[in-house]
Amino acid sequence: MEHYLILSTILFFIGLFGIVLNRRNILIVLMSIELMLLAINLNFVIFSNSIDDIIGQMFALLVLTVAAAESAIGLAILVIYYRLRGNILIEQSHLMRG
Amino acid sequence: MYLTLVFLPLFGSITAGFLGFFIGSQGAGFVTILCLGLTFLMSCFAFYEVAFAGSPCFLQVMPWFDSELFSFAWGFQFDSLTAVMLIVVTFISFLVHLYSTEYMSHDPHLPRFMSYLSLFTFFMLILVTADNFIQMFVGWEGVGLCSYLLINFWFTRIQANKAAIKAMFMNRIGDFGLALGIFCIFVTFGAVDYSTVFALAPYYINDTINFLNIDFGLLDLVGILLFIGAVGKSAQLGLHTWLPDAMEGPTPVSALIHAATMVTAGVFLIARCSPLFEYAPGALSIVTIVGAMTAFFAASTGLLQNDMKKVIAYSTCSQLGYMIFACGLSNYHVGVFHLANHAFFKALLFLGAGCVIHAVGDEQDMRKMGGLSKIMPFTYGMMLIGSFSLMGFPFLTGFYSKDVILEVAYGKYSTPGHFAYVLGSLAAFLTAFYSVRLLYLTFLSRPNGYRVLILNAHEAPWKMALPLFILVIPSIFIGYITKDMIIGLGTNFWQGSIYIQPKNFNIIDAEHIPQPAKLLPVCLSILGALTSYLLYSYGSQTLFMIKTSPLGLKFYTFLNRKWFFDKVYNEIVGQFFLSAAYHLTYKQVDRGLIESLGPFGLTRLVSKIALSLKVLQTGFFYHYTLAMVLSLISFLTYFRLESSTFLLLSDARLWFLFVVAIFFINTDFKSPKIQNKK
Repeated sequence: MEHYLILSTILFFIGLFGIVLNRRNILIVLMSIELMLLAINLNFVIFSNSIDDIIGQMFALLVLTVAAAESAIGLAILVIYYRLRGNILIEQSHLMRG
Repeated sequence: MYLTLVFLPLFGSITAGFLGFFIGSQGAGFVTILCLGLTFLMSCFAFYEVAFAGSPCFLQVMPWFDSELFSFAWGFQFDSLTAVMLIVVTFISFLVHLYSTEYMSHDPHLPRFMSYLSLFTFFMLILVTADNFIQMFVGWEGVGLCSYLLINFWFTRIQANKAAIKAMFMNRIGDFGLALGIFCIFVTFGAVDYSTVFALAPYYINDTINFLNIDFGLLDLVGILLFIGAVGKSAQLGLHTWLPDAMEGPTPVSALIHAATMVTAGVFLIARCSPLFEYAPGALSIVTIVGAMTAFFAASTGLLQNDMKKVIAYSTCSQLGYMIFACGLSNYHVGVFHLANHAFFKALLFLGAGCVIHAVGDEQDMRKMGGLSKIMPFTYGMMLIGSFSLMGFPFLTGFYSKDVILEVAYGKYSTPGHFAYVLGSLAAFLTAFYSVRLLYLTFLSRPNGYRVLILNAHEAPWKMALPLFILVIPSIFIGYITKDMIIGLGTNFWQGSIYIQPKNFNIIDAEHIPQPAKLLPVCLSILGALTSYLLYSYGSQTLFMIKTSPLGLKFYTFLNRKWFFDKVYNEIVGQFFLSAAYHLTYKQVDRGLIESLGPFGLTRLVSKIALSLKVLQTGFFYHYTLAMVLSLISFLTYFRLESSTFLLLSDARLWFLFVVAIFFINTDFKSPKIQNKK
């Protein structure tokens, strides 16, 4: 079980670093978010199996739907953004600085 | 009657001050003169009752403070000392009121002037009739206030403003000492009324008190502190510089304040506190030495002043020195006797000077007068008598007190006594010299003034002449008449209001001093007068040569500039305090430390931190995510390590240091403007 947990944690951190270290492509950010959600899902499933409780899997299903909805909305925002700006480069989207 | 006597001048003052607009100059003059006349009349009755009939009067009017440990009442005490002061104050004040109505008759603010004069008299009466130190202090501060108002009467003149501030300020230095003295008295005796304090004084001879972290003898310290008050008020050496400058006020003010009343308050205080001073030999010798030095210093300075009023002012200062050292030699009654005598002839001199100044169109410089004896013989006669009385010419008033003072100084057979005798005798010589110089330059020499002024010079009107004439009579006779009563051997006049320890009582010894020592002061006086007269009549060439020789010029400058006291005070002491006040307390502390830690530093700190925090918000969301991750990590780390970091963060002192450090790191001391970038 530890190995599975290590795997999910590594996946989660890969997603996290994908957001933090990526300075160019906003699609990768969305994908990283998906990856983090997947890692979390995996975690739910592992623990559900480990402690023999179905609620974890129910949560995993729920998160799946939420992730799907989220990526749909995110992509939609992205499309609108592209329509306005003509690109989706992160470096150029810092209009709201303090 | 006793309370009426004290409060009538206040009534006059209020009437003239608040209703002056309705009753006019004439009315204000009438009311105040009437009040003062009645006061003088009642003072005479009081003098008869208290001093002649021997029934001192003590009145407790009402409680003032009443809190367990500290309680005292408004009380008035009329004993012989007070009675003498009452007569002097009210008599001189009455005459000055009368004189002022004429002298100031062309002034549009006469009601205000009369109001101040009466108020001054009232505070002086409060001072002399008080039966405790606090009430005495009320009068003490009151006369200081009124002297400010009166010197500053012509408030549009900058010199008058400056002189008034100086007078107030110099007095305040002394008042500070007096206040400390009263505090010491209260701390030790637990009471501030005279009767308690004086009754307890002998029991504290060997006590010490810790003052400024040094152990002083209690009574010595109290005596010295009270004497510092007297130094300020009586213009003794060190705090004397206000008195000559106070001549900026109208002449009747000089006559009232700086001749007869206010400056005598210091002498009165010492005489009143004689039971304290008697057990404080250290304080007494300091009083003697300072008094003697003042007598000599002021006489030598008066020698070469050219302003008529300043000469008389310095002579006042010098005579006050005599009184003070008489008190310092435990001959308080002699000091008070001289005080009373001096009041008469000094008021006469001042009022006479006022007549002269009035006659020659407000010219005060003696070098521009001259030849007035033909034009105003009456004033000349009065001034002549006043001056001879002042220089202690035999059988005039001044002689009876001044020579006794010098005799008791010699008869003390102690170092301060001889010191006082020598300086006093020299001062007697100088006094005679400058008195005759004043008379000569003003009245006897050839006219030196402008032709118009000399042609228009005239004898004073009767309202001004009458006070002169009235004052001449006591100036001639009062010393002879009252000598045996006031300082005669075994006189019962004082009835315990002045206490002299038997071992300090030396008026009998003074009768047995060597004959030359007795004759010396009189001879010196006559010699001084003769020298002065001859030098100014026939030796003007010699005088001129002496004055223009290099050494003589230095000497002249030294004396004419008052021993450079003012220069030293202004340029060293005054400048030091001014620059310290500006650079140290204002710039370093107020605008520096407190501002940096207070409002200014705070706003700068907040805006600076806000600016740097603002920069953190770059707009790039990967920065935001990094910040989230970092804060999450630090948060988790903190909770992991909480137990070990807790001590460090919970120490308030460290937080304080941290905050202060932030202030100073962030404060840019060079440029005090907030730079608003962006």
